[in-house]
Amino acid sequence: MNFETTIGLEVHVELKTKSKMYSPSPVAYGADSNVNTNVIDFGFPGTLPTVNKNGYRLGVMVALALNAEIEHHTHFDRKNYFYPDNPKAYQITQQDKPLGHDGYVEIEVDGKKKKIGVEELHVEEDAGKNTHGNNGYSYVDLNRQGTPLIEIVSKPDMHSPEEAYQYLENLRKIIQFTGASDVKMEEGSMRVDTNISIRPVGSDTYGTKVELKNLNSFNHVKLGLAYEEKRQANILKQGGRIGQETRRFDEKTGETFLMRVKSGADDYRYFPEPDLPDYDISPEWVAEIKANLPESAAKRRVRYINELGIPEYDAGVLTDTKEMSDFFDEAVSYKANPKLVSNWLMGEVNGYLNEKKVGLLDTKLTPEHLAKMINLISDGTISSKIAKKVFKETISNGTEPEEWVKSKGLVQESDPAVLKPMILEILDNNQQSIDDFKNGKDRAVGYLVGQIMKQTHGQANPKVVNKILMAELNSR
Amino acid sequence: MDYMKETINSLHQKLADKELTAQDLTQQTLDNINAKEDKLNAFITVNDKAVDDAKKIDEKGINGRLSGIPIAIKDNIVTNGIKTTAASKILYNFMPVYSATVLEKLENAGAIDIGKTNLDEFAMGSSTETSHFGTSKNPWDFSRVPGGSSGGSAAAVASGDVVAALGTDTGGSIRQPAAFNGIFGIKPTYGRVSRWGVIAFASSLDQVGVMSKRVEDSAEVLSVIAGHDDHDSTSSEKEVPDYRANLNKDMTGVKIAVPKEFYHEGTHKDVLDNVNKALDAYKKMGATVEEVSLPSLKHAVEVYYVLASSEASSNLQRYDGVRYGYRAKDVKNIKDLFVNSRSEGFGDEVKRRIMLGTFALSAGAYDAYFKKAAQVRTIFINEMSNVLKDYDLIMGPSTTTPAFKIGEKVDDPLAMYMNDILTIPANLAGLPAASVPAGLADGMPVGLQIIGKPFAEQDVFNAAYALQEENKFYEQIPTALKGED
Repeated sequence: MNFETTIGLEVHVELKTKSKMYSPSPVAYGADSNVNTNVIDFGFPGTLPTVNKNGYRLGVMVALALNAEIEHHTHFDRKNYFYPDNPKAYQITQQDKPLGHDGYVEIEVDGKKKKIGVEELHVEEDAGKNTHGNNGYSYVDLNRQGTPLIEIVSKPDMHSPEEAYQYLENLRKIIQFTGASDVKMEEGSMRVDTNISIRPVGSDTYGTKVELKNLNSFNHVKLGLAYEEKRQANILKQGGRIGQETRRFDEKTGETFLMRVKSGADDYRYFPEPDLPDYDISPEWVAEIKANLPESAAKRRVRYINELGIPEYDAGVLTDTKEMSDFFDEAVSYKANPKLVSNWLMGEVNGYLNEKKVGLLDTKLTPEHLAKMINLISDGTISSKIAKKVFKETISNGTEPEEWVKSKGLVQESDPAVLKPMILEILDNNQQSIDDFKNGKDRAVGYLVGQIMKQTHGQANPKVVNKILMAELNSR
Repeated sequence: MDYMKETINSLHQKLADKELTAQDLTQQTLDNINAKEDKLNAFITVNDKAVDDAKKIDEKGINGRLSGIPIAIKDNIVTNGIKTTAASKILYNFMPVYSATVLEKLENAGAIDIGKTNLDEFAMGSSTETSHFGTSKNPWDFSRVPGGSSGGSAAAVASGDVVAALGTDTGGSIRQPAAFNGIFGIKPTYGRVSRWGVIAFASSLDQVGVMSKRVEDSAEVLSVIAGHDDHDSTSSEKEVPDYRANLNKDMTGVKIAVPKEFYHEGTHKDVLDNVNKALDAYKKMGATVEEVSLPSLKHAVEVYYVLASSEASSNLQRYDGVRYGYRAKDVKNIKDLFVNSRSEGFGDEVKRRIMLGTFALSAGAYDAYFKKAAQVRTIFINEMSNVLKDYDLIMGPSTTTPAFKIGEKVDDPLAMYMNDILTIPANLAGLPAASVPAGLADGMPVGLQIIGKPFAEQDVFNAAYALQEENKFYEQIPTALKGED
């Protein structure tokens, strides 16, 4: 029996706002427990929510970036459930009039392009966090309570773990380039819930849906889904039935384990949030947001290729993350040669990041410094060899390249009036090399250049040295 | 000192002329309250810091609209540093860390929060009999209820404890007790007064209002507490008029509609007689009175109890014993903590409404209950606004009967709910509505209800003021208090 897989994903993304979705408390990480809270976050009696317009704006940005239709007459709803990290015992979300609907994400698997539908997107608030001490007590931290989220519900359009993986990759990239979120799985600013079912090829009804949790990276999503595909197929082949259940992915074994059986749909008793009036989104506002939507990765890539002459592959690498692409754009804005900036970012900079296992923004390198350094190479002030020294200093200590080069006396020597006497002296002292050169041994040139470099501590401009040296050799 | 013959204006004069200090006035008010509390039980908490607050007012000078005037606050309005219980065991020890916007506005105007008045638990009831802190008594007859849920505020005003008190009104909780106690009470338009700091019962219906013996004092206080609040997105940006300064008893040409459905079959004959007498008085003043129909009124009670209970079931979920309030002891796990805290902390009426509302919102019942009720509400709003296109005011009785006996309806929830039929319409439609004393039935006060157009509180005040100046009901001393001094 052959099976067809159906996958739907629900992705929660934290929106990058200064304050919470329905309260003015700050959104910030790493604070002591319950510091970033107020009476609203604690669900104190008498408190009321207010809508963070910027949070909503970021949600609209994401929806537009995902090609979704924006709902103009919307409202908020309450989703009711009891949990210690949910202080009002309801979450303010959007149930029947979500912010956006009917968008899509384009993916490419095995050379084939495909659109994965986005059913709907809605804004809501995050819950707090529970921790369990070994003293018998549990603790509630409400710092995260109320953090703005956008939930992106895909259509069940994906048919393989690879498609799900690509969807997530592209979704992450699209959102990242809007600047609306950091979309970092490892920091929890992007979270993925997956639903997967399989059915015999040709069947017109979906199989029983299994929900998969504890997926902490896109790779885990792929591995977990692949495991589920096989597990479910084995059960069906043996004549068994798939249980409607939630399963947990175990990253150590790569297997999935039963968390709980769903005995029926949870009843969240949704109803319109009476504390917030209907929320009307004007077409003008949407148009304004659309007009100011930051350039997408795809558009940047085309611009790099067509306008800056960057090779296709390189343009792809540069637009892989917004950090890298922003860095590139800014460096180029300091009039540095785009191709050289690209080469340095893909070569030395990435090498450094990989070696130190840090992110681009974790180093002291600034786009301005990188651009200045590249300009020093371009105008012949320093050699590529010296540039490596400058780079190391700049990325490690944040040193301004021009000043450092000057103060360390690393400026390249390009003046023939200075270089020629040196070269003549070296030639006079190395008759053997001249003879070798005449006898067709090109190695001799390399040796002579090396001598000159040694004497100038590497600061002689190789082009100028070569020119003078060859002229002299040929004339002797 | 009692307030039987005082108004905010007369007290203000005495304070401004230094005939009396705010401290003295506050101390006398406290003494007066304490002398009666055994019989009346109008307060849950008396503010023992009130005299200190008054001292500060004396130092600052009498320069606010309400400088040095003691005002009682219904105990479902949170007061920073003063216990706020909503008359529930689940909040028996709750100490707020912030104050409601209405409180801040009163304080800015110089008013003294003299204490927190009794109510039905979470404002769910019509008699204060569901209060965890015992039933308040009606100063006209201690064997009768003061009405509810703002029964403590009404009893405190009627007995002369205070010149004015804040109440809240979700389905009649200001107007019904005002009628039962022979005082004035107004529920403003939904959105006129901020709900920030008002312990929610039903968010789409709750509104803070004022109760006082005299119309002008409520007009004074409402002018202070009304207005937009950034904390409450449902509060209106409309400018607040000076209701007190604009009071006007001229009823010439005012068009009054009387819905025939307000003449409910169960309505007490003396109630109707008093209401008719009031309507005749308005005619004599130059108003026109015509009968109209609100056909959907017959569904008002059902619609109200579905919607209010649904919202309440959600609003009251936060009382789970985790962060504040009553927490059950000896629990083994989180579910027990939730279930036991709530089972032990809530009273029967609150539980009844939570169950009703939870059911009405549940997946299988939502369409037939919550959704249908919301739809009927819209129809009803349209009926009301159609009437108000042709008329300035809608009038009728505030209640079907005068105050009933304590215990009389406590075991009959449906009879208790039907008691709200005349007051619910203004809440469902969000309209301003007041009750003004119209006379006595069997020696107990009867109220005339006046409903106005959205944000036309001034019209409501003016009509009430005209009747007040006609019948001067405020001169009457509640019978149970006579000879007490």
